[in-house]
Amino acid sequence: MSNSRILEISVGIFVAAGIAALLVLAVNVSNVGGFSSGKQYTITANFDNISGLKRRSSVAIAGVNVGRVINISVDPVTFEAVVEMTLDSSFNEVPVDSSAGIYTAGLLGEKYIGIEPGGAPDFLEDGSVIRLTQSSIVLEKLISQFLFSQSDREEK
Amino acid sequence: MPEADNNIVRIRDLHFSRGHSKIFNGIDIDIPKGKVTAIMGPSGTGKTTLLKLIGGQLKPQKGTVHFHGENIPAMKTKKLYDVRKKMGMLFQSGALLTDMTVFDNIAFPLREHTELPEVMIRDMVLMKLQAVGLRGARDLNPSQLSGGMARRVALARAIALDPEMILYDEPFTGQDPISMGVLVELIRSMNDALELTSVIVSHDIQETLAIADKIYIISQGKIIGHGSPQEMNESDSPWINQFVHGEADGPVPFHYPSRSYKDDMLAGQIN
Amino acid sequence: MFDWFAQLGKNTIEFYARLGREVLLFIQTLLAIVPLFLRPGLILQQLYSVGVRSMLIIIVSGFFVGMVLGLQGYNTLVDFGAEESLGVIVALSLVRELGPVVTALLFAGRAGSALTAEIGLMKATEQLSGLEMMAVNPVNRILAPRLLAGIISMPLLAALFSAVGIFGGYLVGVDLLGVDEGSYWSQMQEKVDFDQDIVNGVIKSFVFGIVTTWIAVYEGYSCIPTSEGVSRATTRTVVYSALVVLGLDFLLTALMLE
Repeated sequence: MSNSRILEISVGIFVAAGIAALLVLAVNVSNVGGFSSGKQYTITANFDNISGLKRRSSVAIAGVNVGRVINISVDPVTFEAVVEMTLDSSFNEVPVDSSAGIYTAGLLGEKYIGIEPGGAPDFLEDGSVIRLTQSSIVLEKLISQFLFSQSDREEK
Repeated sequence: MPEADNNIVRIRDLHFSRGHSKIFNGIDIDIPKGKVTAIMGPSGTGKTTLLKLIGGQLKPQKGTVHFHGENIPAMKTKKLYDVRKKMGMLFQSGALLTDMTVFDNIAFPLREHTELPEVMIRDMVLMKLQAVGLRGARDLNPSQLSGGMARRVALARAIALDPEMILYDEPFTGQDPISMGVLVELIRSMNDALELTSVIVSHDIQETLAIADKIYIISQGKIIGHGSPQEMNESDSPWINQFVHGEADGPVPFHYPSRSYKDDMLAGQIN
Repeated sequence: MFDWFAQLGKNTIEFYARLGREVLLFIQTLLAIVPLFLRPGLILQQLYSVGVRSMLIIIVSGFFVGMVLGLQGYNTLVDFGAEESLGVIVALSLVRELGPVVTALLFAGRAGSALTAEIGLMKATEQLSGLEMMAVNPVNRILAPRLLAGIISMPLLAALFSAVGIFGGYLVGVDLLGVDEGSYWSQMQEKVDFDQDIVNGVIKSFVFGIVTTWIAVYEGYSCIPTSEGVSRATTRTVVYSALVVLGLDFLLTALMLE
């Protein structure tokens, strides 16, 4: 009898430890509970250029993570990039005239979408489109613009 | 298949071969209910294989094995397992489950197949152990048992479900004279007391002749003789005579007849 | 000439016959798992011998692997001034790859070989035959509980391995080498994704659990019932498990990264 008791207890410890380890991995190590669990709504925004933005890139308001990019496609008519993103529904009072821009976290960091809230009384909801967008800054273009403007100035 | 007379097992025209070697080449055996039937023959004649064919663990290439009028090789798995509950088998090694005590080994078939309360299982196990004289050894592990004791425990386990028929695989091999005597006594008395049908596969002539009601002698895939021990002893067939009396020289393929011996050698060269 | 073709044909037929038998047995065993839930005692017994007894080696190995990752990761990252990312490196390597894979390899060596030897010896000593003649199907009574215990144990063991490893990396990185504790955890939490990394790791270890336990159980069940046959089957279990786990790991990783 005591033998089977030891067996039961040790198996219990094993299973509990394993599940605890899974929980630790889920809660302590990863970012579960952030956005995957709660309710979300989807909005889209069109950009001229998104270079470097990826699926699962983060969406932030004032630097705080509020959602994720879920899909990126190209509009077949306008050739603009169409970015779909989900926002956590606790941030459901974002004005409709907010603007979205693509920024870089740090000098070499990842691209993310930053939303600058506007002042309109209506709020973005599921399926809304953000009209005001600022494209990704392409470093090569910036450098070439800078160089050209320099040479223009020298010529004058 | 009508259930003729009182044979519990009817084997007809059984063929079995393993690879290229033919083990049975058309044998007929009847095992009468309530009797001790012995199947004898020199080593390597496939006596154990015969038991496995009766138990449905092997399938013959041809022929039928009827148990209570139902053909075992044709059975579906589930039906086969149901039929096996009516059979017990005593393996040469005992085949006790090594991770359990003697008590649990005997309780095992009861726990697997019945919903009996533990108290009743305990009583039944002790009864079976009493029958084989090992009630005191119930807490030992199989590794602590001598060969003879292990075989008696296995016997107790084989009768745990009160089967109709028990198959004994070489029950006397490698036993000292005392445990041999105990086993002979047990097999006979259990057969009569529990109204069992016993099938013994053996090449120990004296012990087997002492308890068998009917004897089959197999050699080279054929039945070379059958009858009562009396008939076997008095048989004037030189084949049977030689086997029963254990004479070193004679016509029986104890030493393989030269023709098939030659065949064997040739067969060996071809492969 | 024809002999050669005959031999090829025979070998091909035998190969498929063997494969077919194995697949059939696998399906039978899987089906036999369902009624096991009525007899938790059988699973408990196997969880003990398969899971609990593998726990120690898994925890100790996970700890050391985590510490090595901490050490190696730190030395590489510090050149780029990115040692704050140590937590990410340690956690991602463990959760995605090393946790499931190393656990499966250790499991094959510890539990798999023991399973093969146990079942093989049961076959060699006629215990499996004995069960059949007692009208107890060894597939239900012997194979299925062991397979189920392996499938349950592996994800738990892999999670333990990863968790302990992350802690080992923390000890080396934070306590020994002076990485900032806050950034060790926060960077990890930011970059390790639950769906993408943790769930995928669990899926991997689940698949590895099925595969390694099945190889062990099948090799034991189909071995030649002699002492040599059992020892060969045990070796095969470890070798096949290692190869299949590493191969499958590549396949699964490729699928998960799309």
